[in-house]
Amino acid sequence: MSTPYAKLPGWVDYGLIPLINVVVAFLVAGLVVLIVGENPFEAAVILVKGALGGGQNIAYTLYYATNFIFTGLAVAVAFHCGLFNIGGEGQAYVGGLGLSIVCLSLDTTFPWWINFPLAIVATALFGALWALIPAYLQARRGSHIVITTIMFNFIAASLMVYLLVGPLKAANTMAPQTRDFLPGGQLPKLNFIFDALGMTVRSAPFNVSFLLALAASVFVWALVWRTRFGYELRTMGFSPEAARYAGINESRIIIITMLISGALAGLMSINVVMGDQHHVALDFASGAGFVGIAVALMGRSHPFGIIPAAILFGMLYQGGADLSFEMPEISRDMIVIIQGLVILFAGALEHMFRPAIQTIFASLSPRSVGIAAKAEAR
Amino acid sequence: MAEAAIELIGINKSFGAVRANRDIHLTVEKGTIHGIVGENGAGKSTLMSILYGFYQADSGEIRVNGKPTRIDTPNDAIAAGIGMVHQHFMLVHNFTVLENVILGVEGEALLRASIAKARSELQRLEREYGLTVDPDAIIETLPVGLQQRVEILKALYRGAETLILDEPTGVLTPAEADHLFRILRQLKEQGKTVVLITHKLREIMAVTDNVSVMRQGTMVDTRKTAETTVGELAELMVGRRVLLRVDKGEARPGDFKLVVEGLTVKDTRGVTMVNDVSFGVRAGEIVGIAGVAGNGQSELIEAIAGIRHAVSGRVLLDGKPIEVTGNADPGELREHGLAHVPEDRHHVGLVLAFEENENSILGYHDEAQYLKGAFLDIPAIRRDAAEKIEKYDIRPADCRLKTANFSGGNQQKIVLAREMEQDPGVLIVGQPTRGVDVGAIEFIHKRLIDMRDRGKAVLLVSVELDEIRSLSDRILVMFDGRIVGERGPDATEGELGLLMAGVESKEAAE
Repeated sequence: MSTPYAKLPGWVDYGLIPLINVVVAFLVAGLVVLIVGENPFEAAVILVKGALGGGQNIAYTLYYATNFIFTGLAVAVAFHCGLFNIGGEGQAYVGGLGLSIVCLSLDTTFPWWINFPLAIVATALFGALWALIPAYLQARRGSHIVITTIMFNFIAASLMVYLLVGPLKAANTMAPQTRDFLPGGQLPKLNFIFDALGMTVRSAPFNVSFLLALAASVFVWALVWRTRFGYELRTMGFSPEAARYAGINESRIIIITMLISGALAGLMSINVVMGDQHHVALDFASGAGFVGIAVALMGRSHPFGIIPAAILFGMLYQGGADLSFEMPEISRDMIVIIQGLVILFAGALEHMFRPAIQTIFASLSPRSVGIAAKAEAR
Repeated sequence: MAEAAIELIGINKSFGAVRANRDIHLTVEKGTIHGIVGENGAGKSTLMSILYGFYQADSGEIRVNGKPTRIDTPNDAIAAGIGMVHQHFMLVHNFTVLENVILGVEGEALLRASIAKARSELQRLEREYGLTVDPDAIIETLPVGLQQRVEILKALYRGAETLILDEPTGVLTPAEADHLFRILRQLKEQGKTVVLITHKLREIMAVTDNVSVMRQGTMVDTRKTAETTVGELAELMVGRRVLLRVDKGEARPGDFKLVVEGLTVKDTRGVTMVNDVSFGVRAGEIVGIAGVAGNGQSELIEAIAGIRHAVSGRVLLDGKPIEVTGNADPGELREHGLAHVPEDRHHVGLVLAFEENENSILGYHDEAQYLKGAFLDIPAIRRDAAEKIEKYDIRPADCRLKTANFSGGNQQKIVLAREMEQDPGVLIVGQPTRGVDVGAIEFIHKRLIDMRDRGKAVLLVSVELDEIRSLSDRILVMFDGRIVGERGPDATEGELGLLMAGVESKEAAE
C-alpha cells in the first residue's frame, strides 16, 4: 500500500515513460492536425524546424524555456511540501512590479550588472509577498492553497491593470505599460554563443536570465535534497503525521516553502521584462505560470527533469509560432491544443502506461523491477 | 435448530501476505441477534465486508436463506436482503433524512413520487420499530444517535432482512446505546436478523442471542450468549498464545522519571478517550499498559509524546512539567530525553518514501552531529545509519534503500534503533512487535529489557497480552479511557482479561 507500483530501473522511470507520454501526445495531436486538413508529418517537421532549425530558432526556444524553468521550479518546490501552488502566474506578474520599481528608478543611475542583482532581490521579494497571504491562510486557517492562489492570480491581474493604466503608465502614451527602460535596465543577450558556434542569430531575446535559471535549478536541488530545511519540507510533503511526530513546525514550513516558491515565480519576470520587452506591459507573463505546472509534473519536480521539460515546452512555443505562420489552417489555438495534449499525457495521465510497462519489465526480468514492499496488515 | 439466515462456509481472504480470514464458518440463525467479537485486527470487519460485497473472498461460499449467493458488490448484498450500518456513517450531511433514505433508489428523474413513497414508508417503519426521526431534518443538525437511526432506516427501506452493524456504539452515549439495543430487540421481534460486530463484551451480554469469537483471522468459537460469561469470552478473544518467555532479572526501580497526573484526552470527534488518568514510571522499570485496542491507550501515549493535545492534566518529565495541553513540541521533548516509538510506524514513525538513512534521523535531524550549518552532513548521516544497521541487524544492510522496501520487522528496527541510540531517559513504545516476524520480536524484546537494565523508564503499550505480561514489571489495565487496575507481572491472563473487559471483580462476571 505504500508503493503502488513496483520499482522500475531509473532510465525507464525518468527516460522511457516520459518519452512514451510525449510521443503519444504528438500522435493524438497529429490526428487533430489531420482533422483540420493538414499533413501531420509536414506539421511536425515545421514544428521541429521552427524550434531547432537554426541559431535564431534555438535562441527563441531557450528564451521561452527560461520562463518555464523558473515557474516549473516554483511549482516543484511547493509540490515537495505537498502544496499545489497554482499562483505562479500572479506571483510572476507581481514580481514584475518589483522589477519596475528597480528599473524605473535606477536604470539611469546604475549599469545593468548592478541593477540585475537588485532586480533579483526585488522580483523574488514581490513574488514571495504575493505567495505569503495564501501561505498564511493555508498554514493558520486551513484555507486551501489551490483556491487562494488561483484567486490571487485574478487579484494580481486586476492590480497590475490598475497600476499600468495609472501610476506606472508612461506619460503621454496610450499604451498600458511603463516607459521603456534605458540600457541600465536591459540585460545583455547571450546570442554570441550561437555566433561562436557558427549559427546566425538576428535578434533573439535569449539573455543572461537563462544562467540565472540554471543557478536557480541548482539552488532548488541543494535546498530540497541537501539542507535541513529541505529535509523538513520533504517530510512534510510525504507525511504530515511524521512531520508532527518529528517536531517539525507545520505552519513555519508551509509559509517558508511558499515564500521560496513565490520568489522563484517572481524571478521569471526578469527574463521577459529586463531581458526582452524592456518595459512592464499588461499580461507579460502570458501563461508561463500555468505552463510551469505542466513542466514540474513532467520533470517529476526534480530540477534536472524540469530543465529538459522546460526546453520541450519552449520548443512547442517557438515551433508552434512558426507552424501557425506556415500552415494557416493551424491557428495559435491549435498550438495550445497540442500543448494541452502534452500536459494531459505527461502530467495528468502520467501513470497511464506505467502498469503496462511494469508488466513488460516484470516478465522480461523479474529481478530488474526489484521486490515490491511486502504488504502488511493495517 | 432454527432456520439459517446467513451461512458463511470456508471463507478465506488474504491481503498480500496477511491472511485476514482463514477458513471461517459462521451460521447466523434467522430472527436472532448474533454478536461477533474480537480484538481490532481479528478479521471481523473483513468478514462482514465480504458478506456485504466490499471485498470478494478468495475462496468459500455465502448462503442466504439456504441458497448459495454470489455477492460481488454491495448492490448484490442489498438485493439479497442484507443491509449494513457502518462504523462511520455514509450519509450526505446537507441532505434531509428523506433525501438520504432514497439516495441510490430514487427511481424516476423527478423526485416527487419517490419522496412521497419514502415518507409513507418511513411512517410505517416508525410504527413497527419505534424508529422515530423527523424525515425533513437535515442530517448535520441531528445528534449522532439519530444519524445512526437514519442509517438503519436506509437499510430497512431497501428491504433488508438481515442487518449488519459494525461497532455501532463506538460513537454513542450510554443512553443512546440503550435506545439502540431496544430498537435491535424490536427488529428481532419483527423477524429481522441482526449481526452485531463489537469488541465490547458487555453489549454482547446485554443484547445478543448467540456470539461468535474471532481471533487473528480465525473463528474461535460460537456460543449461546446465555450459556457463557464475560470472563470466558475475554479469554477466547485474547487467546492463550504461545508465551514468549523473556529472560530478565529483577527490576531495580529508581526515582520516578515520568509522572502523569489527571490526564484527559479527547479525539477529533470530541469523545473522551483518556479520562483522568494518573500513573508514574520509574527509572529501571517497564510499565505495560494492557487493554483491548480502542480503550484510550493510543491517545494516552500520543498525548504524553506531544503529538496529540490533551484537554487537561499534567505530565512531569524528571520532575519538570512538560506542555501537554497547548502547543506541545515533540522536538523539545526529545531534547529532554523522551523518545517515542509510535504505534503507526508507516505514517508516523517513518517516511516510507525516504531512504533508510534519512529516516534514521527523523526527529533528530536538527542535532549538530547531522548538520553542517544549514546543510545536512550526508556522509555523517550515512555513517551513523550504517552503524545502527549493523548494531540492530537491520536487513538488507543498505542505508540508501527506500524504507518502503524493508520488511515490517526491519522497519520497526529502524525506528527502535533511532529512538534507543539517542540514549533517552524515558522510552515510550507503542505496539513494538505489531506485524513483526518472530525473530525480530525476540530481538526487540531483548533491547527493551536492556533499556530497563540500563536504568531507563519504559512505558509499553501493546494489544498483545503476552508481550505485556512477559516484559512488564507492572501492568496497568485500561478500559474505556480509565486505568481500572494495576497488577504485577504474575497476574493471570484470565484476571487481566476480566479487567480488560471492564469487569471489576470476579463476581460480576458470573
